[in-house]
Amino acid sequence: MLDVIGAASVEDLFAHLPDAARLHRPLELPPGLSEYEIVRYFQDRASQNSSGFASFLGAGAYAHFRPVLVDTVVSRGEFLTSYTPYQAEISQGTLTTIFEFQTMMCQLTGMDVANASMYDGSTAMAEAAMMAVRITGKGRVLVSRAVHPEYRQVLRTYSANQGMPLEEFGYGPEMGTLDLEDLDRKLDGLTGAVIVQSPNFFGIVERVREAAELAHERGALLILVFTEAVSLGILRPSVEADIVAGELQSFAIPPSYGGPYAGVIATHEKYIRQMPGRLVGQAVDSNGNRAFCLTLATREQHIRREKATSNICTNQALLALMAGVFMTVYGKHGLRELAEQNLAKSHYLAGKLRPRFCGKFFNEFAIQLEGKSPERVNRRLLRKKIIGGLPLGRFYPELADSVLLCATETSRRADMDTLAEVLA
Amino acid sequence: MYPDNLRYTKEHEWVRLDGDTAVIGITDHAQQELGDIVYVDLPKQGVAVEQGKSLGTVESVKAVSDIYAPLSGEVIEINPLLADAPEKLNEDPHGEAWLVKIRLRAPAEAEKLMSAAEYQTYIGAEK
Amino acid sequence: MRSRVRPNISFNEPLIFERSSPGKVAYQLPELDVPAADPLAALGPENTRSEIEDFPEVSEVEAIRHYTRLSTWNYAIEYGMYPLGSCTMKYNPRINELVARLDGLALTHPYRPEALAQGSMEIMARLQASLAEITGMDAVTLQPAAGAQGELTALLMIRALLASRGNPRRKVLIPDSAHGTNPASAAIAGYAVQNIKSNDAGMLDIAALEQSVTEDVAALMVTNPNTLGIFEENIVHAAEVLHARGALLYMDGANMNALMGIARPGDFGVDALHLNLHKTFSTPHGGGGPGAGPVAVKQSLEPFLPIPRLRSVGKKWAWDYERRHSIGRVRAFYGSFGVLVRALAYILAHGGPGLRKVTLDAVLNANYLRKKLEGVYELPYQSPTMHEVVFSDDRQARHGVRTGEIAKRLIDYGFHPYTVSFPLIVRGALMIEPTETETKHELDRYVEAMTQIAEEVENDPEIVKGAPHETRTSRVDEVAAARKPVLRWKPV
Repeated sequence: MLDVIGAASVEDLFAHLPDAARLHRPLELPPGLSEYEIVRYFQDRASQNSSGFASFLGAGAYAHFRPVLVDTVVSRGEFLTSYTPYQAEISQGTLTTIFEFQTMMCQLTGMDVANASMYDGSTAMAEAAMMAVRITGKGRVLVSRAVHPEYRQVLRTYSANQGMPLEEFGYGPEMGTLDLEDLDRKLDGLTGAVIVQSPNFFGIVERVREAAELAHERGALLILVFTEAVSLGILRPSVEADIVAGELQSFAIPPSYGGPYAGVIATHEKYIRQMPGRLVGQAVDSNGNRAFCLTLATREQHIRREKATSNICTNQALLALMAGVFMTVYGKHGLRELAEQNLAKSHYLAGKLRPRFCGKFFNEFAIQLEGKSPERVNRRLLRKKIIGGLPLGRFYPELADSVLLCATETSRRADMDTLAEVLA
Repeated sequence: MYPDNLRYTKEHEWVRLDGDTAVIGITDHAQQELGDIVYVDLPKQGVAVEQGKSLGTVESVKAVSDIYAPLSGEVIEINPLLADAPEKLNEDPHGEAWLVKIRLRAPAEAEKLMSAAEYQTYIGAEK
Repeated sequence: MRSRVRPNISFNEPLIFERSSPGKVAYQLPELDVPAADPLAALGPENTRSEIEDFPEVSEVEAIRHYTRLSTWNYAIEYGMYPLGSCTMKYNPRINELVARLDGLALTHPYRPEALAQGSMEIMARLQASLAEITGMDAVTLQPAAGAQGELTALLMIRALLASRGNPRRKVLIPDSAHGTNPASAAIAGYAVQNIKSNDAGMLDIAALEQSVTEDVAALMVTNPNTLGIFEENIVHAAEVLHARGALLYMDGANMNALMGIARPGDFGVDALHLNLHKTFSTPHGGGGPGAGPVAVKQSLEPFLPIPRLRSVGKKWAWDYERRHSIGRVRAFYGSFGVLVRALAYILAHGGPGLRKVTLDAVLNANYLRKKLEGVYELPYQSPTMHEVVFSDDRQARHGVRTGEIAKRLIDYGFHPYTVSFPLIVRGALMIEPTETETKHELDRYVEAMTQIAEEVENDPEIVKGAPHETRTSRVDEVAAARKPVLRWKPV
C-alpha cells in the first residue's frame, strides 16, 4: 500500500505536521490487554460494587425486570452496529422500529406525535422548555419544586444563556402535590411554560388538569414530565398537557449507574415543527411500497445550524429499540399488569409504614423517620443487605428527616417486611 | 421569462406593486435552486416586515432558505394555497404561488428594486 | 469482475400493530406475593386510564420474528464497510458488550451509597485519566451524553471563565467547514456565530483569523484535522493569536482517530475539546445512538466543570458537589456509564502502542484510497490527507450525475454510502473515511466499486441516477414524506 501511495513508511504520512504540535514520546498508557484480562478487570470492578443487595431506590432510575428478548434483539449486529438511518433504502429495520416506537409513545401519552428520543428525561425536559418558549415567544418558565431536583438543575444550566428566567413554585406539605395558589401567584403574561412532573419526585400523582387550566388562562404552555415510564400503563394520559417530556429507563434500559438512558418528547400536531430530535415518517418507495425515512430534517442542526430547534444530533436509537421491544413484549395487557404489580408492592410497603404525604402515589412514597437519622437507618439496613430509600435532605432541607422509598415488581415481600421492621 | 410587470431583488424575491400595497413572492430561479419545496413558513397577518430582513423561510427536504422582505410594511394577506400545496411554489412561482401581500410603509424603497431585464442580467452573471 | 449485491430471502414484515391480535401475550410476570391494590381506590378514578388503545398484542415468537426480520433490512458494520467521513465507523468490539452487561455494573442504581459503587467510580476515574493522557489535557468530565452536548458544555465553561475575568464576550468564530452542531451549540450557549473562511489549501485562513479575533470573540471552534481530513498546520499560531487577545481555542474532537499517539490537542494550544466515544473509541452507533461526548480541558477551565466531580478521598472515590464555579449539570446523574465502560474496554485492549497503531492504520488507509481514486474523482485540495479524504463530484456533474446519486449506486455494490454533500465548502462533496478496521482487500473492493460507478456515469448515467436497484426498498420519496408528514401508525 505504501508503494501505491508513494511513501517510504507510514510515519512519513505525518511528516507534514508541525514539530511543535507533535507528541515526542509514547502515550503513557499500559500496553494492550487480552480479552480475558479485560473481562477480569471489569469483573473485579463489578465485585467492588458488591452484589446481593435488595434496593428500594427510585428517584428517577427504577429497578424493573428486563425481558430476555430485549438483549436478544439489540445484540443483532444489524441493530447494534448500524449507523443513523440517513440512507433509507438500507435502514428500514431501524426506521421501522423507530416509527413503531413513536407510535407507542403516542398511544401511551395520548399525544399526536412523539420524537425518536432525546438523551434522557432531564435533557428532554430542558428541550421541551426551550420548545415552549419558541412557540409562545415568551421566555419565563415556572417549574414545580416537586420536579426531580437534578432535572431542575439541568434546566437551569440550559436556560442560563437564553433569556429564559426560571422560577420555582412550591408543593403542599400535606398532599405533596403542587401548590396551586403559589403557581397562580407566580404566573404572569410573560410566562411561556409551566413544568409539572407526574408522578412527581415524591411519587405522587399531580393535579395536572388544574395546572394546565391555570397555565392556559395566562397563555403559557403546560409541560408534563415523567420519570417512571411504567406509570403510563395505569395513569390517565394527561392530554391537556401541551408537551410531554419523559424518561424511558424503566422500559428495559439497565440502570447502569446513571446512563445511557433515553428521553422522549411528545406533543400535539400543531407543534411538530418546533419539536427537536429526529423524526421518522412514513413514505413510499419508487415501487409504491410503504417505506420509512427520517423527515422534517430542516428543524435540525445539520441544516439549520445556529437556527436549529436544538443542537442535538444523536437519538438514543438502540435504547429506544430496547424500550420498543419491552413495550411489545409486555403489550397492552402486560404493561397494565406490570403497573398494577408496582402499585400492589408499594402500597403493601406503605401500609406497614406511614407515608409522609397523603396524596395518591404510584410506586414511590416518602416517609418521615421520627427521631432517627436517615443515614443511620440506612446503615442498619445495609447490614441486612438492603439498600434503603433516598434521604431527601440532600435535595429538600425541609425534608431532612425523610427518605423516598420505591417498590417495584422486583421487590420481594420478605425484604419489604425487613425494611418495615427496621424503619418502624 | 421574468414578467415585466414585476420588480426583483438580489435575494431572488419579486414584487408586484399596486398603489400602497405590494404582493411578494420568490422567483423561478429561487425555486429551481431549492428543488422540491416541502414547506413554507410565513408571518402572520399584522406582522411588520422590514426591507432586507427575513420574513419567513422556504424549505426543501435538505435545505432551508430565508425569504427577505424586499420592502417594509405590514402583512395584510397570506396566500392560503401554500399550507396544503407547497409544491405550487415550484409550479407557478410568479403567479398562483405568491407568498404575502403587504401594506407599504415606505413606498420610495421600491426604487431600489431591479427590473426584469436587470434581474435577468444579474442571474446570468451569478452563474 | 463486478461484485454486486444479490438480494436474499426477505419477508414483507408489517408493523407490530398490524401483526397484533387481541389476547396474545409475550410477557411473563411472577404471581404477586402481596395483596393486589385496587387502582381506582389507590389512584382515584380520575387518574386511572382504561386500556392502552391499539398497543401491541403479539406472542413471543411473533415478537422475535418481527424484530429479526426487520433487522435484515439494515446494513451494518458487521456486514461491511461504512466509508462515512467524520463518523469513524470502526469495528465495535463484542467484548465491549459483554463487560457492559456484567450485573455488577449494569444493575447499579446511580444513587447507590458510594461505598457500594466504588467499582463504577474507579472505571470512570480510569477512563478520565486515560482520555486526559491521550488528549494532553488536564481535566476531564464524562457527563455529556453526546458530542453536541459536549460542545455545549465546553462553550458554557468558556463563557463562565471569561465572565469570571470580567467579560463573557459576544461571539464565537466557526470555520465554514464545520459540523452543524458547532453553530447550533454556540447559539444555545448564547453566542453569536461568525463564519471564518478556509484558504485554498483547505485550512484556516490565518490572516482572516487575525483580523477576526477582537475583544468580542470568546473562542474559535476548530476541528483538527478539519472536515476535509487536513491537519491545520497553523494551529499553534492560531492558538497564540487567540490567547494573546484573551480568547480561547475549542477543538471539536470528532477526528481524534487521526491523532492518537501522534499529536495531542493539549500540546498544540487547545483549551477545551470534546471527544466522541462512539467514533474514535469504538462504542456502537446502535442505529443512531447512544454516544457520549466527554470534555477535556486545561487547568484554567477546571473549576467550571459540571458537578459532580470525582474526587479521591484516601483510597476511595467520592462525588464532589461543592464546586462554587461549576456551570452546573448538563444531565441527570453522572454520565452515559454503559458507553464509558465500552470505551474503557477499547482503551485497555489497545493500550498506548495499540492506539497509536490505530491512528497509523487509519491514516494509511485513507491515503491509499486517495491515491487510488484521485484519478477518477476530482480532488479539490492537494494538502496531505490524514484519516479521511474529500472528493468533489465536479467530473461526474458534467454528465449530469451528482454525489447523492453516486452514493446510492454504491449501495448496489454492497457498501454503505460515504458522507454526501459535506463539508459545504466543497461542491458536491464525497467525504470518505475508511478507518483502520478495513483490510486492503476490502479497500480494493471499494476502489473497484467507485471506479466502476465512475465509468457508469460516463457510459450509462441513468443506471446511476436511478439507483439503488438491488435493494428491497427502492428510492424513498422523501419529498412527499416531508410535505405531508405521517409520524405514527393509526388503525384504519
